[in-house]
Amino acid sequence: MVYKKRFDNRDWEELRPMEAKVGVVPRADGSALFKIGKTVAIAAVYGPRDLHPKFLQNPSSGILRCDYNMLPFSGHGERVRPGGSRRSKEISMVMENSLLPVLDLKDYPNTVIDVFVDLPQTDAGTRCAAITAASMALADAGLHMKDLVSAVAVGKVGDKIVADLTYDEESYEEGCTDIPVAILPNSGQITLLQMDGEVSPEDLNNALQLAKKVCKQIYELQKKALKEQYKQ
Amino acid sequence: MIEKNTAKEKLYVQDRSIVVPGELLAEGMGFIPSKGIYRDGELIRAERLGMISVDKNVIKLIPLSGRYIPKVNDRVIGKVIDVLLSGWKLDINSAYNAVLTLKDASSEFIAKGENLTKYYDLEDFVVTKITKVTSQKLVDITMIGPGLMTLRGGRIITVNPFKVPRIIGKEGSMVTLIKQKTGCNIVVGQNGWVWINGEPECEVKAVQAIRMVEKQAHLQGLTEIIKVFLEAK
Repeated sequence: MVYKKRFDNRDWEELRPMEAKVGVVPRADGSALFKIGKTVAIAAVYGPRDLHPKFLQNPSSGILRCDYNMLPFSGHGERVRPGGSRRSKEISMVMENSLLPVLDLKDYPNTVIDVFVDLPQTDAGTRCAAITAASMALADAGLHMKDLVSAVAVGKVGDKIVADLTYDEESYEEGCTDIPVAILPNSGQITLLQMDGEVSPEDLNNALQLAKKVCKQIYELQKKALKEQYKQ
Repeated sequence: MIEKNTAKEKLYVQDRSIVVPGELLAEGMGFIPSKGIYRDGELIRAERLGMISVDKNVIKLIPLSGRYIPKVNDRVIGKVIDVLLSGWKLDINSAYNAVLTLKDASSEFIAKGENLTKYYDLEDFVVTKITKVTSQKLVDITMIGPGLMTLRGGRIITVNPFKVPRIIGKEGSMVTLIKQKTGCNIVVGQNGWVWINGEPECEVKAVQAIRMVEKQAHLQGLTEIIKVFLEAK
């Protein structure tokens, strides 16, 4: 059970090359692109806008509606069936849950904020890329937020704790544990924590510490991308 | 006796710098956060994307993006989207629609059961003023007042509502400049809808100028840049 070297020659704690850009969808109220390795997420935010059907309206606050979607040609040769699936529904829900704690929608009663995230190309870590892109897009849309949200997958491949797993690592034959984490970088609070696999309490702790550490890098990139569009 | 501890007070951002949500702006209880900024214990953080302006110990945040939120006394441009039993419903480029009641529609007497489309028909654009906004964001508007009218001809463009103050300029300097140099009639609604009416070439020029202002709204000395642009060609 020894994982000696990462498949793509990275260090154990090294993230894949990242790229972030804001304002990629001109018609949207806010939008962002986040690329980490071969995983690409494009997020677009529309709203606050009128919400129908009316019974969904909340008179004391606006609501957040996320839509996660992997494009049919995005994966590893296997065609993703277009439209919603059990998986996309789950990820849309966890996205909402991880983004809502930072949002303040009290000023927008009876409305909805729609967040659409599409992934044209994927290589694991899609929900984390989606959350990172969505948080940038929400900030770009001028919404009131306590903090940005940065997300990354950490895990245990073989006997090593690693950051930012690829698809090859996730399917490592001698065992892999995948732990997607979303963190508020300023307070260190966790808004998403899922796990697929087995891990000991100590290893989980170490993995979370690692996630906190590497999320700082993602946060710096998010900040830079948001500021870049207003560069003089 | 209360001792003032000034050693702990520290400002981390410069005037006119761009900040993102959650970014640390200052430390210490001596600073006063205004709208769009919140206090997190001793720390002061930004609550939205914007530009910082520091005025002594008051830290202000000027938002740079977002949808229009209706505010009383705003002069906005609206589009009639429905004719109701006793009034009209207007789209004001916001999450909330506005209602124009018969009482506020005209100084003329409107008889019961009259055909309301005679006054404002569907798809009409009007310049109107917001008179009331409730906690649930029900918006009332009026057509009685100086400069409030139905718009005929011309074109409507959409701009970022947070750039509107810049398009208008100090005491209307920017919009007056564009009006003078292009010879167009321009009405800028606070909701980000701008009506431009004039000769087609002049309208195009005015639109280009407004787009320039919108794009470079965060820069200083913009009136000069626009003046040069409008005087060229």
